[in-house]
Amino acid sequence: MPHNRFHTIVTTVENKPGVLARVAGLFSRRGFNIESLAVAPTDDESFSRITFTVDVESAPLEQVVKQLDKLINVVNIRELDPQSSVDRELMLVTVEVEEGHRSTVLELVDEFRAYVLNENQREMMLSLAARPARLDEFEELLRPYGIVELQRTGRVALPSLEEKS
Amino acid sequence: MFSAQRIPNPNLDNTVRPSPDPEQSMTTDTPAPGDTINGGVALVRALEREGVDVVFGLPGGATLPIYDPILDSSMRHILVRHEQGAGHMAQGYAHATGRPGVALVTSGPGATNIVTPLCDAHIDSVPMVCITGQVPYAAIGTDAFQECDTTGITMAVTKHNFLVTEAADIPRIVHEAFHIATTGRPGPVLIDIPKDIVDANNPRSAMQWYEARDSDMELPGYRPAGTGDPDAVRAATELIRDAVRPVLYVGGGILKARAAEVLLEFAELTGIPVVTTLMARGAFPDSHELCLGMPGMHGNYTAVSALQESDLLVSLGARFDDRVTGRLDGFAPDAKIVHVDIDEAEIGKVRKVDVGVRGDAKLVIEALIECTKEMGVESQAERGAWRSTLSGWQERFPMFYEQSQPGDLLKPQYVIEQLRDSNPADTIVASGVGQHQMYASQYWKFDHPYTWINSGGLGTMGFSIPAAIGAKVGMPDRRVWAIDGDGCFQMTAQELVTASVSKIPIKVALLNNGYLGMVRQWQDLFYDERFSGVELGPDVPNYVKWSEAMGCAAIRVDSPEEVAPAIAEANEINDRPVVVEFRTDPRENVFPMVPSGRTNSDVVVHPAQRGE
Repeated sequence: MPHNRFHTIVTTVENKPGVLARVAGLFSRRGFNIESLAVAPTDDESFSRITFTVDVESAPLEQVVKQLDKLINVVNIRELDPQSSVDRELMLVTVEVEEGHRSTVLELVDEFRAYVLNENQREMMLSLAARPARLDEFEELLRPYGIVELQRTGRVALPSLEEKS
Repeated sequence: MFSAQRIPNPNLDNTVRPSPDPEQSMTTDTPAPGDTINGGVALVRALEREGVDVVFGLPGGATLPIYDPILDSSMRHILVRHEQGAGHMAQGYAHATGRPGVALVTSGPGATNIVTPLCDAHIDSVPMVCITGQVPYAAIGTDAFQECDTTGITMAVTKHNFLVTEAADIPRIVHEAFHIATTGRPGPVLIDIPKDIVDANNPRSAMQWYEARDSDMELPGYRPAGTGDPDAVRAATELIRDAVRPVLYVGGGILKARAAEVLLEFAELTGIPVVTTLMARGAFPDSHELCLGMPGMHGNYTAVSALQESDLLVSLGARFDDRVTGRLDGFAPDAKIVHVDIDEAEIGKVRKVDVGVRGDAKLVIEALIECTKEMGVESQAERGAWRSTLSGWQERFPMFYEQSQPGDLLKPQYVIEQLRDSNPADTIVASGVGQHQMYASQYWKFDHPYTWINSGGLGTMGFSIPAAIGAKVGMPDRRVWAIDGDGCFQMTAQELVTASVSKIPIKVALLNNGYLGMVRQWQDLFYDERFSGVELGPDVPNYVKWSEAMGCAAIRVDSPEEVAPAIAEANEINDRPVVVEFRTDPRENVFPMVPSGRTNSDVVVHPAQRGE
């Protein structure tokens, strides 16, 4: 995938009904697809943070960002540069572990610092919070064992901390 | 330049017509803060507190509880015949007065019928507040009778909308709605109100009255722009100082910012010529020597070419609309761009800018004047050659049409000229959309702001009659002419019943050519004269009988010598609306014209002006 077209936008919005629809509407109106989306209240519960990734050229994106900023319920908005931000995503995945695969899957869990959340004789439910690319990698390595179900949260991101002298 | 009747009115200025004093116009039963009242009373009271003196509306099941306290209010309610009329009336009122227009309609079809005016107000930045009834809160989402997702439907056509869920929120949300509608880039705001919270018989409607103030508003994400960045203003002033072929490209934002006076001062200070877009007609006097008139697809040759040949465009409250730029990649190729707009999203949206200034047009122009004076007016570049180029174009390509021969149908341009010359300069003109709109903009002389009302961005046919009614309600002492076409007339003529019954004596000039003329023009020029779906026929309906049936006086005019007497007769009738039907020539086309997809360099003048 051409990652240079991916942009991560972080907005702080009022935590009110309908705000997500207003934000999403500005993208759907132009036929832009939202690749990833994460929404939750901030430390102040009257505000939510919406983090989304879109696959768009920079010029039209700049216009959408300005339009987003005009929404009455949007308090602030910024685009995060991948070079100077940290992003994480959570994955839950249930994988088949029959026929002696359990120990090799557990080796992957160790290597990726994932967790086993739940298990029975045939299946194991794992969780991993990491960079989105790391989740892709984990997913690919699990695929041969048989992925029963998989859910990712959409990425969240914050700007990197500046050096303090 | 124009007849002696067109005496400038010294009372016309750039100030917003003041609201009636809320303390004077309250309901007789004024609640005190803390009194328990119902949400319906609170809504009416909150509107009064915002200075609302008139509401355009049509009641229904969901708004019954709101209509009851309206009976006791000082606000005038004007009963429209279709909710679209209420919306356009609110727009016309806002255009003419500078104050937000208010429409009140019911849920479901009432709300969907007003979507077009909301969209129109949104794209033309018209301040209005629309209140829609909604089914009781508990019934929302159940497909109840006359339910629709009003906030969902109107999200994309309003500056903001609210679904009120608690009666206690009503005063605050009304105050927020008026604040949002009238500040920053103005626009329509909708408040959707479930029936139960305004219904005196429902306990959910009980609330403690309070007078909402600015400090009560909860709008953490709303920060309208004020003054421009001083560095950007200075950079803009330097570009202006050094430009040899500059043009002030003036849009509707000048009118919204009440900035016509400072614009005049700035233009005269710098000696820079001015074009006024379709939304800005009247923002700079047409009779001023620096005025080049309207640019764009049907702009005059000089205005179009001045933009095209300029080395600096100073855009003031304009948005580089495709009807102005023509083919974008060939638009004003040598021009640097200074773009002043209150809306950050407009700056650089269409054309890359050299200097962008986000701010209120009036404040920014004042800063530009200040900065120009600091630099010294004598530092302005020499522009004599530019001015003589422009006046050469004006001489060579004036607005032109061929007069009709005896026995022929009327020329629409002639009708507009006669209307112009028979009415005072402060006459308010509201137009529909199409050829008649272009003729009106081209041939009227607009010498005062807020005298031209039209649907520019959305191009809503049927706009003129309800907009003229709204303007007349807001400015009862001014003469208001609607200039309409026969296609437009048939879309909203029913509001003439509103005008008759509510004693709103507007005048309508109906240019009847029996066609959807602008579409016909395009089929004429670009589809080999294959006329498809455009013929209305001039005789059915019988416009005189129809108008009379709606309580209007009506006159039909067929020949040039009848035009002036009919206008004079119409101007004498002030006890009811008047419709003057002018039978005009359907073969007439609007020129000049920049064909779609071509650059402004390809502007086509009237055939008789093309010297090959």
